[in-house]
Amino acid sequence: MKIMVTVKRVLDYNVKVRVKADRSDVDLANVKMALNPFCEIAVEEAVRLREAGVATEVIVVSIGPKAVQEQIRTALALGADRGIHIETQSSPESLSVAKLLAKVVADEQPGLVILGKQAIDSDNNQTGQMLAALTGLSQGTFASEVKIEGDEALVTREVDGGLQTLGLKLPAIVTTDLRLNEPRYASLPNIMKAKKKPLEVKTPADLGVELRAHTELLSVEPPAERKGGIKVGSVAELVEKLKNEAKVI
Amino acid sequence: MATLIIAEHDNSILKPATLNTVAAAVAIGGDVALLVAGEGCQAVADQAAQVAGVSKVLLADNAAYGHQLAENVAPLVAELAKTAGFDYVLAPATTTGKNLLPRVAALLDVGQLSDIVAVESADTFKRPIYAGNAIATVKSLDAIKVITVRGTAFDPVAAEGGSASVEAVTAVHDAALSRFIGEEVAKSDRPELTSARVIISGGRGMGNGENFALLEKVADKLGAAVGASRAAVDAGFVPNDMQVGQTGKIVAPELYIAVGISGAIQHLAGMKDSKVIVAINKDEEAPIFQVADYGLVADLFEAVPELDSSL
Repeated sequence: MKIMVTVKRVLDYNVKVRVKADRSDVDLANVKMALNPFCEIAVEEAVRLREAGVATEVIVVSIGPKAVQEQIRTALALGADRGIHIETQSSPESLSVAKLLAKVVADEQPGLVILGKQAIDSDNNQTGQMLAALTGLSQGTFASEVKIEGDEALVTREVDGGLQTLGLKLPAIVTTDLRLNEPRYASLPNIMKAKKKPLEVKTPADLGVELRAHTELLSVEPPAERKGGIKVGSVAELVEKLKNEAKVI
Repeated sequence: MATLIIAEHDNSILKPATLNTVAAAVAIGGDVALLVAGEGCQAVADQAAQVAGVSKVLLADNAAYGHQLAENVAPLVAELAKTAGFDYVLAPATTTGKNLLPRVAALLDVGQLSDIVAVESADTFKRPIYAGNAIATVKSLDAIKVITVRGTAFDPVAAEGGSASVEAVTAVHDAALSRFIGEEVAKSDRPELTSARVIISGGRGMGNGENFALLEKVADKLGAAVGASRAAVDAGFVPNDMQVGQTGKIVAPELYIAVGISGAIQHLAGMKDSKVIVAINKDEEAPIFQVADYGLVADLFEAVPELDSSL
């Protein structure tokens, strides 16, 4: 069984987000970019399944400008076998991404596709579900455990009240939650080896997909700042303030 | 204009998150219909019919929808949206709504706006990006607008006072792609995190899971829910469904008490819209104090029992 994983290049999660002065978008000039953390978990899960003998090959796909090849190489260094880069000028919207990925699924016929549940830039949480719709496959979102048994993937999902376990007919689409695994660090020899792994570049036209805009970003603003509060000296003072000043207890 | 809202429920009770989503639909304007898709869920439809501002309840009661599997419910919603002429499809931004709605959007060949926090006009909405560190104003270009709604950003409509008609939907979509195996749902007499008026949360400073009993005592006196930071969850103190933050639950209670929580960005993203924030931490430099209305620099193992006895 082949496993396909997707990776997105995003602002490193340690970097403080700044809005551009003209409020047109977030300022991404000269900031550190990284592999989306949820995508990193997806890569790790796929590599573990191959190491366990469940999968034979891990294919990593990313969409965006040439720079995303850096994140594909990171995934290759973590253990993925080969990469596919779909080159676009900017990072397309979720539905367009799902359409491009659906074509790759049709070409590669993976038994399992693992994606991060959301990217930490747009916070959309859409692509996996959309890909499942377009391919007509089963979906296991927000996974904290994935087991392959026979022709099914048993996926434990993080839901609001606790955990839910589903049996998904393979091929299946899975999106990762944080507790699925702890990704490994890439070793230096593996980083070197990753440079020689195959990486194929395609365009949306090669895949027969025409990208269309579904939304227009009008402006971006920083969130309302909270005013700094006061320090209280004792529990008694705290209770008094909550009762008489804030009136919340 | 007409909006179809996916009701959040467990086949017996209509969940409060639905009421916040109805509020967003009312802000958009036009007729509001609620879809109750489940199995043996007539009681939910009856409750839905009482919700203020709702003109119609669509009840799809079938075994195929019993566990609200996205593979079965999404084609039902997409079909209703197309055939009944809805201009908007809304769902609460809960794990159920987040799981289902993008599948609906893709079936309709439209985009989705996730987690909106404000309605600017019929086609323009505000939504947080970068874990709430920026707010985007986004215009939808699609004919049918598919949207998930952040509950804490909209005051709920009244659960009673409405008198909607209930219509049965007989269409059955059973994709036979997935099956429900089981669930582990935390049982608690305390309110749910996302609808609690007061929340008391513990972080890594709690030291272990047993010490959360200190917070539970205070919670019971205040009628509060108990939450946790990701650090406390990662350390194995408490289960993940208690997590408040960017990757956990987004909350905005009237009072949020953060105990032994340093205030990492990812935690702040989940609670900074609370009306009043209290921080109890022995580290004076902890970033949580920058967002707290009332900060108490103290050892939580002394301060929390004292708080408990003074309530």
